Amino acid sequence: MTDPQPPAAPEPMTSAEPQPAASVQQDAAVHQDAPAQPSAPVSPTAERLSDGEWHRLHPATPLLKGGIAFLAVLGVVIVNLRDVLIEMFISGQRQDDPLLWVWEQGYLPIALAGFAVLLILFMVGFYLSWRFHTFRITDELVEVRSGILFRTHRRGRLDRIQGINIVRPLVARIFGAAKLEVNVAGQDANVQLSYLASGAADDLRREILRLASGVQREAVQQGADAPLATAQPGLIEKRVGEFLAPELDPNEAPPESVVKMNPGRLIGSILLSESTIILVLVLIGIVVFTSITGELFALLGFIPAVIGLAGYTVSRFTKSLRYSIAATPDGVRVGFGLLSVSNETLPPGRIHSLQIWQPLLWRFAGWWTIRVNRASRSTARAAAGQENTTILPVGSRDEAIKVLGLLLPDLGDEQQTEMILRGLEGKGGDDGFVNSPRRAAVLRWFSWRRNGFAIIRGAILLRKGRIWRELVIVPPARMQSVALHQGPIERSLRVASVNVHTVAGPITPRLGAVDAEVAIRFFGEVASEAVHAVSSDRTHRWRSGETPA
Amino acid sequence: MPERIELPDTEWRRVSPKYIVVDVVGYLVTALVIVGAAAVPTVLAGWTWGWWVVGALAAIFLLTIALTPRRVRAIGFQLREDDLLFRRGLMWQRFVSVPYGRMQLVDINRGPVARSVGLSELKFVTAAAATGIVIPGLPEGEADALRDRLVELAESRRAGL
Repeated sequence: MTDPQPPAAPEPMTSAEPQPAASVQQDAAVHQDAPAQPSAPVSPTAERLSDGEWHRLHPATPLLKGGIAFLAVLGVVIVNLRDVLIEMFISGQRQDDPLLWVWEQGYLPIALAGFAVLLILFMVGFYLSWRFHTFRITDELVEVRSGILFRTHRRGRLDRIQGINIVRPLVARIFGAAKLEVNVAGQDANVQLSYLASGAADDLRREILRLASGVQREAVQQGADAPLATAQPGLIEKRVGEFLAPELDPNEAPPESVVKMNPGRLIGSILLSESTIILVLVLIGIVVFTSITGELFALLGFIPAVIGLAGYTVSRFTKSLRYSIAATPDGVRVGFGLLSVSNETLPPGRIHSLQIWQPLLWRFAGWWTIRVNRASRSTARAAAGQENTTILPVGSRDEAIKVLGLLLPDLGDEQQTEMILRGLEGKGGDDGFVNSPRRAAVLRWFSWRRNGFAIIRGAILLRKGRIWRELVIVPPARMQSVALHQGPIERSLRVASVNVHTVAGPITPRLGAVDAEVAIRFFGEVASEAVHAVSSDRTHRWRSGETPA
Repeated sequence: MPERIELPDTEWRRVSPKYIVVDVVGYLVTALVIVGAAAVPTVLAGWTWGWWVVGALAAIFLLTIALTPRRVRAIGFQLREDDLLFRRGLMWQRFVSVPYGRMQLVDINRGPVARSVGLSELKFVTAAAATGIVIPGLPEGEADALRDRLVELAESRRAGL
């Protein structure tokens, strides 16, 4: 523990709270603009936290982490007690309740004392775990040490950062705290800093991304001479301001680069999902069954399923409702959540492959969804309760293209967009894609006309599916290897399949039923494309080319 | 049946013919276990149709073992300018190309049978599990030299993830 500070005055990130200026009454609206400080990217708090020394987390951490559960247990006990009292008074009956037993046997003082001891032990434990939980951020690494008896020490390399997630669960949000999660490449390889003060988390993320980007501090501090937070609003106003502030701080990204969720479309997309249709069919089946046989048991058995599905749908809805995606200087920021909010910044070049996909029923509305393969798996769930690999839960075609442009900025020009549109909705034929030959119709009954690939600048496009349309986009700079396969049936049809290998995820970039000769050429082209892309890729330190001012 | 796939401009380095022995022994052991597992209940219960299953299994294994020399000859690799090319398979052909810079690590494994004939197996691992390059049947010295060469090539063409 290199931190010399006494425990009573830790080094929390509460930049605003204890200062005398907190009593100055300010309009909450003013505050909304204050924390972003777009012209001053390196706030003093963040700079202090990322100075390479060991720091502690927000002092309310134990309360937020374990205290809530403790309160819940207490609540259950009290409710239980109330039930017992009510029953005693109303019906006069006594039950075999442990609390009642304690009362009758006269063990109450002992029980209370035991409870108090337990409480103190818990508090000491929480305090110690907070005291032993420290982190530091250097130019190369982010490190966390934690644990009282079993110490863990975790380090993440900054140039391997795949994304930084800030999660604010409802309770933490009320207390003005946030959880910062640095995702580095690997399965469950995230470094968690929970909890930090809300504003400090945002600043710290910006600072970590700055360190990771490889840009010099001087280059960023250009124009950093703007005054810092002009005046500190009162504590309550600050909380309310934070709570009511828009999901995406307007200063964080230019408004024209923002894609937001349309509530009507969200409802429509949920109603038109395949699971809803199955539910409706099952419901109809059960109603018919019940009316014919007169038995009600089937209906009863169905109730839990309905409740479960309704809960899932509601949570999916509330999570996706305030969805937004926007471009920031250090990558794409994806945010969502109504009560518990969370947003993640993905630095450039962290998307290993991308799939734009359309469930059958969305076709009439023209909606698409976007999923990605990433080198890290966050423990936090993304919008719609899905894995955080779903970047756009539902969006129109234009929005999908816009989001694609944010995720893979190299695919911006008109020609590329044209090809991607053809990839989405093209029926096939001579449209720039190399499609399957007619004889492949044996393997691709409906989609053989459309089943094809194209290599454009900065991406390999794989177009698939006539009924469930999808387009897989792999940036060659991220692909790991490429394989060419041919089995006996494919051989008899003179076709082959090509697999582009990327890190594991929901997408498997594979294109089958390609003419064998064409597939051999495609394999060769992809292989050389990969070699070129690897040698020219600089995204692990994405802004290192920028010259300091 | 149309021709098998052949890549243009390739000179494959083949694996040692001794690997046939290793592969055959491996298949024999598997065959004994599986055919045995099918035969035991057949004998005990006295099912006549059970012998058909045992016979079919034995025939499949015999065919697999008979094709082993050809299958081993089909394994090949080539160190090209910027990538490693690998192939294997007769019925199910598979060609893989991986840029050297994508290497995460190289493994060298020696099983008991392979060790008795002095062979090693080299595994080239990338960030994608699907890459799956395993070059079996390399003489020990050659495997070590190949590993050092691959590491050297990967160092000179270092890449991010």
